[in-house]
Amino acid sequence: MADPKGFLKYTREEAPRRPVEERIRDWREIELHVEPAWLRRQASRCMDCGVPFCHSGCPLGNLIPDWNYLAYRNRWREALDRLHATNNFPELTGRLCPAPCEPSCVLAINQPAVSIKQIEHYIIDHGFERGWIAPEPPARRTGHTVGIVGSGPAGLAAAQQLNRAGHRVTVYERCDRIGGLLRYGIPDFKLEKWVLDRRLNLMEEEGVEFRPGVDAGRDISAERLRARHDAVVLAGGSTVARDLPVPGRELDGVHLAMDYLTQQNRVNAGDNIAGRRISAAGKHVVVLGGGDTGADCVGTAHRQGAASVRQLELLPRPPKERTESMPWPTWPYILRTSSAHEEGGERAWSVNTTEFVGECGRLTGLRTVRVAFGEAGPDGRRPMATVPGSEELVRADLVLLALGFVRPQREGLLDALGVECDDRGNVAARDYATSVPGVFAAGDMRRGQSLIVWAITEGRECARAVDAFVAGRSLLPLAGARLR
Amino acid sequence: MDLRGLPAPDGLYDPLQEHDACGVGFVVDIKGRRSHSIVEQALEILVNLEHRGASGCDPETGDGAGIMLQIPHALLQRALDGRLPEPGWYGIGHVFLPRGLAERGIAEALIERVIEEEGLSFLGWRDVPVDSSALGWKSREVEPVIRQFLVGRPSSLADEEAFERKLYIVRKVMSQAIERRKLREGSFFYICSLSSRTVVYKGLLLARQIAGYYRDLADPEVVTALALVHQRFSTNTFPTWPLAHPYRMLAHNGEINTLRGNRNWMHARQARLTSPIFGEDVRKLIPLVSETASDSATLDNALELLVRGGRSLPHAMLMLIPEAWGNNPTMDPDRRAFYEYHACMMEPWDGPAAVAFTDGRSIGAVLDRNGLRPARYLVTKDDLVVMASESGVLSISDDNIRLKWRLQPGRIFLVDTVEGRIIEDDEIKDRLVARKPYRRWLAANKIDLRDLPEPTSVHEFDRETLLERQKAFGYTLEDLQIIMAPMAADGEEPVGSMGNDSPLAVLSERPQLLYNYFKQLFAQVTNPPIDSIREELVMSLTHYIGANGSLLDETPSNCRQLRLESAILTNAELEKLRHIEESDFQARTLPIFFDPSTGAAGLETALTHLCRSASRALEDGVSVIVLSDRGVNRQRAPVPALLAVSAVHHHLIREGSRTNVAIVVESGEPREVMHFALLVGYGASAVNPYLAFETLTAMVRDSHLPEGVTVEKAHRGFVKAIDKGLLKTMSKMGISTLQSYRGAQIFEAIGIHEEVVERYFTGTPSRISGVKLDVIAGEAVARHSFAYPPAEIAENLHLDPGGWYQWRRGGEFHEINPDTIPTLQQAARTNDYALFKEFADLANRQSEELATLRGLFRFADGEPVPLDEVEPVEAIVRRFTTGAMSLGSISREAHETLAIAMNRLGGRSNTGEGGEDPVRYRRDPSGDSRRSSIKQVASARFGVTTEYLVNADELQIKMAQGAKPGEGGQLPGHKVDRYIAKVRHSTPGVTLISPPPHHDIYSIEDLAQLIFDLKNVNPRARISVKLVSEIGVGTVAAGVAKAHADHILISGYEGGTGASPLSSIKHAGIPWELGLSETQQVLVKNDLRGRCVIQTDGQLKTGRDVVIAGILGAEEFGFSTAPLVTLGCIMMRVCHKNTCPVGIATQDSVLRERFAGRPEYVVNYFRFVAQEVREIMARIGVRKFEDLVGRTELLDTVQAVQHWKARGVDVSVLLHRPQVPDTVAVRCVQPQDHGLDEAIDYHLIDACRKALDAGEAVEIEGPIRNCNRTVGTMLSGEVAMRYGNQGLPPDTIRIRFTGSAGQSFGAFLANGVSLTLIGDANDYLGKGISGGRIAVLPPPDCDFAAHASIIAGNTLLYGATGGEVYLRGVVGERFAVRNSGAMAVVEGTGDHGCEYMTGGVVVVLGKTGRNFAGGMSGGIAFVWDEDGRFDTRLNRGSGAILLEPLAEPADIDLVYQLIENHFTHTGSTRAREILLDWPCQIPRFRKVWSTEFRRMQAEIAAEQAAAAERAAVPAGAAQAGA
Repeated sequence: MADPKGFLKYTREEAPRRPVEERIRDWREIELHVEPAWLRRQASRCMDCGVPFCHSGCPLGNLIPDWNYLAYRNRWREALDRLHATNNFPELTGRLCPAPCEPSCVLAINQPAVSIKQIEHYIIDHGFERGWIAPEPPARRTGHTVGIVGSGPAGLAAAQQLNRAGHRVTVYERCDRIGGLLRYGIPDFKLEKWVLDRRLNLMEEEGVEFRPGVDAGRDISAERLRARHDAVVLAGGSTVARDLPVPGRELDGVHLAMDYLTQQNRVNAGDNIAGRRISAAGKHVVVLGGGDTGADCVGTAHRQGAASVRQLELLPRPPKERTESMPWPTWPYILRTSSAHEEGGERAWSVNTTEFVGECGRLTGLRTVRVAFGEAGPDGRRPMATVPGSEELVRADLVLLALGFVRPQREGLLDALGVECDDRGNVAARDYATSVPGVFAAGDMRRGQSLIVWAITEGRECARAVDAFVAGRSLLPLAGARLR
Repeated sequence: MDLRGLPAPDGLYDPLQEHDACGVGFVVDIKGRRSHSIVEQALEILVNLEHRGASGCDPETGDGAGIMLQIPHALLQRALDGRLPEPGWYGIGHVFLPRGLAERGIAEALIERVIEEEGLSFLGWRDVPVDSSALGWKSREVEPVIRQFLVGRPSSLADEEAFERKLYIVRKVMSQAIERRKLREGSFFYICSLSSRTVVYKGLLLARQIAGYYRDLADPEVVTALALVHQRFSTNTFPTWPLAHPYRMLAHNGEINTLRGNRNWMHARQARLTSPIFGEDVRKLIPLVSETASDSATLDNALELLVRGGRSLPHAMLMLIPEAWGNNPTMDPDRRAFYEYHACMMEPWDGPAAVAFTDGRSIGAVLDRNGLRPARYLVTKDDLVVMASESGVLSISDDNIRLKWRLQPGRIFLVDTVEGRIIEDDEIKDRLVARKPYRRWLAANKIDLRDLPEPTSVHEFDRETLLERQKAFGYTLEDLQIIMAPMAADGEEPVGSMGNDSPLAVLSERPQLLYNYFKQLFAQVTNPPIDSIREELVMSLTHYIGANGSLLDETPSNCRQLRLESAILTNAELEKLRHIEESDFQARTLPIFFDPSTGAAGLETALTHLCRSASRALEDGVSVIVLSDRGVNRQRAPVPALLAVSAVHHHLIREGSRTNVAIVVESGEPREVMHFALLVGYGASAVNPYLAFETLTAMVRDSHLPEGVTVEKAHRGFVKAIDKGLLKTMSKMGISTLQSYRGAQIFEAIGIHEEVVERYFTGTPSRISGVKLDVIAGEAVARHSFAYPPAEIAENLHLDPGGWYQWRRGGEFHEINPDTIPTLQQAARTNDYALFKEFADLANRQSEELATLRGLFRFADGEPVPLDEVEPVEAIVRRFTTGAMSLGSISREAHETLAIAMNRLGGRSNTGEGGEDPVRYRRDPSGDSRRSSIKQVASARFGVTTEYLVNADELQIKMAQGAKPGEGGQLPGHKVDRYIAKVRHSTPGVTLISPPPHHDIYSIEDLAQLIFDLKNVNPRARISVKLVSEIGVGTVAAGVAKAHADHILISGYEGGTGASPLSSIKHAGIPWELGLSETQQVLVKNDLRGRCVIQTDGQLKTGRDVVIAGILGAEEFGFSTAPLVTLGCIMMRVCHKNTCPVGIATQDSVLRERFAGRPEYVVNYFRFVAQEVREIMARIGVRKFEDLVGRTELLDTVQAVQHWKARGVDVSVLLHRPQVPDTVAVRCVQPQDHGLDEAIDYHLIDACRKALDAGEAVEIEGPIRNCNRTVGTMLSGEVAMRYGNQGLPPDTIRIRFTGSAGQSFGAFLANGVSLTLIGDANDYLGKGISGGRIAVLPPPDCDFAAHASIIAGNTLLYGATGGEVYLRGVVGERFAVRNSGAMAVVEGTGDHGCEYMTGGVVVVLGKTGRNFAGGMSGGIAFVWDEDGRFDTRLNRGSGAILLEPLAEPADIDLVYQLIENHFTHTGSTRAREILLDWPCQIPRFRKVWSTEFRRMQAEIAAEQAAAAERAAVPAGAAQAGA
């Protein structure tokens, strides 16, 4: 354990961020580097619990107490090893994960949690800086090959694991670049893309073959895909966005968040945009949806020079702190303020959009109404009612729909393969095996939209299932770095 | 039932688990004058010791009593009509015979035939006149026919010794011949004695019955010069006729803890036994010792062998029970050589022992090295010696007494009636030492490892393969970080807290090391654990390896042995040993590997091959076998080292060659204390843990250890920690030397199949069967394949994270885990029964998924009853208690919350070991009560005042604690704040130590005494005894029931702790299911169950747990972890670090503020549990809880076939119901009879009415005898009831006694009561004295020097919190042990004076024994240094204890005042002399106190001074001392 009394000596501090005025003028990441001494102090707050709920709360089973201790002791190299033991891409989770570990931290019962994510972030960045992260090609090839469709975090994690198990891995990606949501869904101010490229280069050096621009099911038929590989992993994500089918939806100026974010990422990557540019510059922007994607839209709109940014959420405003109905260590639905919210804009809750209004086919605003939720019924749902007289016309030149994703795209590969889906439309894959022998599924495509940390977890576990399928048994580790 | 009275094994009852203890005594005429009065006096002793014995369900059947006399020649002559030869020319056998005529005829004929065949002459039979009506019914049921036979000595046998030897052989031959005949009533046959000098009359009798039963004893023609008597108290519930003492040569009070090992080694010696004296006859002696008899009987076997084999009686006795010589630098070198020479031949028979022995000419006694039994003697002016467990057992007129003394630890004492004198310890030993040139023999033969040449090459650190080897041996990161790092850094065993909530090895899904299938046994009740730290002087790790010679020879070659100081060998030491270059001392290395691809078959082949190689090595004259797993690789998997060691050990024992060779282990596997403890416990002489060393080297190089810890220091620290841990493990069982621990097998296997046990771990109990070699091999292969994965897998760079000590994802299962904790907390906080059911389902399902033994049961299908017909929640919660968690281990907030909750419910909370604030005895204005209705009395007696005891509904004697049975504890000074110190009657900031044993309970009769004491002080409280589950706990419980406990708690090993070595939490004790079930079966079988309530605890969580425990026999249920979880506990397991983040297990004020628990949570939880209980009761068709107690037919076992390991487990033995008549109760139906009726205190209370009611002064006078025990205590209870701790004004009640007081004189004396005793006192005087005054002085007509004479026994003032004590004379061992407030003056003490003292003042006006002030942390002792050598007897505790002159004026005044008081109250001449010469005597005083106490006293003084300055008016009468 680190310092038995560290948590009594120090309180939690947040990592410093670049000033708002500075950061909204560029697309670079907003967090400043922290000093190791500062970080070790934070690490010393870890209590090395008898039952580490953080480690339990992390889908990957990250060995959090272990690497907190190593960080505290300045054993960065070993900390990195422990981190990599459960997590293929800590540089991604260290930046992007909402960190369910932190609310489940035992210290969070009555004190601010340990800065787990910050420590993870530092360990991996430090590891790259010191050049400790090198390709780890397998000692021997098994002769088996695996095709992975989709290059988001689930596909990449599966690819790296299967490659390390000695199989030949090919990753198919229909976009022109590898990375899936990581590449085009996450704004640069949260993840600069060289970070992703750095990892992809390592994977290539380890022997993973990337095939961007190949739309499996179209560019390569389902049959050929299956014939070419001993196993196929479907990791195409949950790509069908939830829409808002209200009057005026067709108006010019109403866009899906992912279209918007992707375009800006492409611009940042130096691409020429073929179609029309969706820009917030000088516009009054309304973001529908109070989640992380909504916040990404808010941050992007600020940087594009929006005249105003409003974010509307249907659900009521969450409390600031835990209430009795969401006791520790559950994930609390509390008000979260992301970096984008620090940068400006307004937020409103309990707001429902009833209509988009416009002139000459161009969006000018939206009609909203406030809603109230009643007591939960037997199904757990709270009935929603409109608050009479609360109708409002909100001015907007650009509306971004960040309402989440419904299911994976069926048409194309899934149909061609004939895999069964569950009643939510996700690929049904118990223990990662789909209804089609030799075809596996992982990530959002299987479990529905979720967190990056779940995607990596699924990728790893799926890799184990595939390994066992092609090789007879698997010695790839389980969550928590277990081997059996 | 076996006709002899001892049943065959039945269910969980095993007759091998018996223990006994008792009272012993002898009377001898020094000049050898025979008289009948010696018999009468001996019988009087016996009657006066009756309270030390016991009776079972039949109050008229004792556990056994007997007497050994010289042969009554006149009587026999008369009986045989004068046909007898002269004394010395015939022998007499006293024999128990079968009752059936036919079988008796066979036995008698056989006796006659053997006599003739062995060349002696048969002279005739004599019917022993007995009166069976004197017996109790139970005894009568198994009464044998008793006859005596007479044997003539042929003239060919030149001397009496030869005749005795021949009679010994004849007896052995007879017994074996009867054994071979397999008579139906064969077990009735037993030869009590066969000798030309002595005869033993004994039986299943009470002391008072023996004279009535054996009519010979009343015959005036029965004359003797010596008589040895014994009264037995057996925890063994089936006392038998033959197991009564005396045996052929001895009677024993105590217990031999190393019995299993001693037997094994005796057995191993048989094959090579040669004797010039016995010649060919030596073969007739085999087996040398009995496999099945009691420890005392076996010790008697060994003693007889040595004596008949040519050694003198004292010589043999000192071989068996040597004094502690290893750590005694002042011992004469020749005497050390004597002991060391014999240590080379034989391991000590270790354990508490007061042994009285005789060969018919001389009679004597010896006491074990630690003085754990009492033995007092007196010598009269007319040459009588009386020795007994107590003083005052014979009325001798005061003016006839020449000397009163006691037997001291390790000392021997002999009366030789032929020489007509007493031979003292020194003379006996000097004579023995001079017999042979032992010192020269040792110098010429003994090899010291240190002196061997340095090896030329030593195995180096191999970084390259380190990781794969660590994996192959199953290392986890936890092993490194949690276990090894603290050992390397601090030289200490790692400490943890809370309980064990992980499955038994056999139920675990994960591959387990073989070690984890074993559980350590420990001492409780029948013998004390030892404090290996504060009583280090009796402990020793020194041992000898090499081939043993013959036990009966005395030649220089017997000490041709290699001496080792530790059981751990460094790599260099191992190479020294391996390459030893002596022609008669050679080592051979045998590899221990098997081919992992061949599984169990391969493992079995490897073991067979290994045993064969071992035999071959022996044939080649090898004397050290090194079993080595160095060189593990992809093709070779290591055989579990424990399996290899034990297989070879038992193979060689069976082969009869074990003593020719030593087994040394070179293994990568062992790394924690338990591993080493097992390897040595199963026969290894030394272990080289090479991989542990390499791991530490790597940890140092990778800077995982604190700065400044070098490789060398880390290795040293590790060895030191393991050594300490071994000492601790041994001491838990009450074993003090590694030599007798080796091979003692003090373990129980859980989950190993009997095939494996019989073949490889012979003699180890294993009761639920379990895994065979296939699983053992499978687990080894699993580790191996983790280490050597297929080549195509990128090598995994990590060790397994572990998860055994802390929860880890995918690691070992824990019942308290991230799923169960929040569910339980939320359910209790929101009073949500549905959520509780979710929790209960989780917990019960987990349990069923093989976390616990109870998980293997399911309820049998019954006729359900409507839920509303089942008794209500309110009735069920009364059966619930919270566990004993002390204020100190948990915060005041948590402690009081639990108490309030239990009082609201009508359940019971427990103070734990930390006292209780008297304000809690009064109800709060809110109506809540914070009083704990159970008051615990633990070994440290913290806060155990008279007031505390009278404010209890239940007094619980904690014999052991599940998490650390056999161990004490320690509350570090930084946790002792002002409040805790006040409640515990100690000093803030001063460390508090709980000793491993209760120093007033070394044996079962001592426990009976403490129960009696507590019952006296508070007759309304029920007395509970807390035991921990282990094999034999049922037998112990039976003893406890016979000792009149009202309530017995069987704790599971899973129970929690505030701090305990991790090896204890994980490896000591067994689950409650086994212990409870065994207890229930044994108590029912003995018809003792109806007299006491049984409670169980240990990770109980749900209603299902409660119902199963009820069905297995419990009526009440204790919970600790679960209620704490409802209060916020999240199993941090940092209780020992004072950093509990939720304010429960901490005294830190910041953290205590974070405590968020409320009584309602606990109340909700218990009501939920009760509700679940009701639902189950309805389902199985039981309306009242009492109707399910003990009804095992309500359970069914689910065969755990799904599980790869648990398949072989068989729990049906837990459900066994002994066959007893319907009249035998299976639950408590009647109260105990405590025998208080005869207490003098009733008269005292009557006489003191005015004092009690009105505070008027009262004076009383009267006689007292040793049978009057615990005098003044009930009276004090009355005082405390009325006046609290304050009591009455001094001297309100003054009582003057004359005579010898029984044990516990003035126990728990209250303020206002003054006792004066003219005579002497026995053990435990002033136990727990809380106030008042005791003075003891010799009678005025005694003319022996009081200061050179013993005035009172052992363990006086134990746990005193106040009062004054003046004793004019010398006292026994452990004077003022754990004193925390009494003032005392005494004129000399035995060993271990002022041990663990935390307060009060002791003045010693004479010599102290050794180890003075061991573990003393507070209070002050002033010693008048009579011989100027006091410093050599002081235990300085590595500098923690200060030895200073008497210089401070306040001290000088205090000492003067106390001595003056001493003179006033006792008339001491020594006090007068010192006072008269005071200025010159001051420099002779030494002040002893601890550095900690000095520091805190200074701080307190400074604070008081500051406070006084602040105060406007001058302070009033300052309170001194308390």
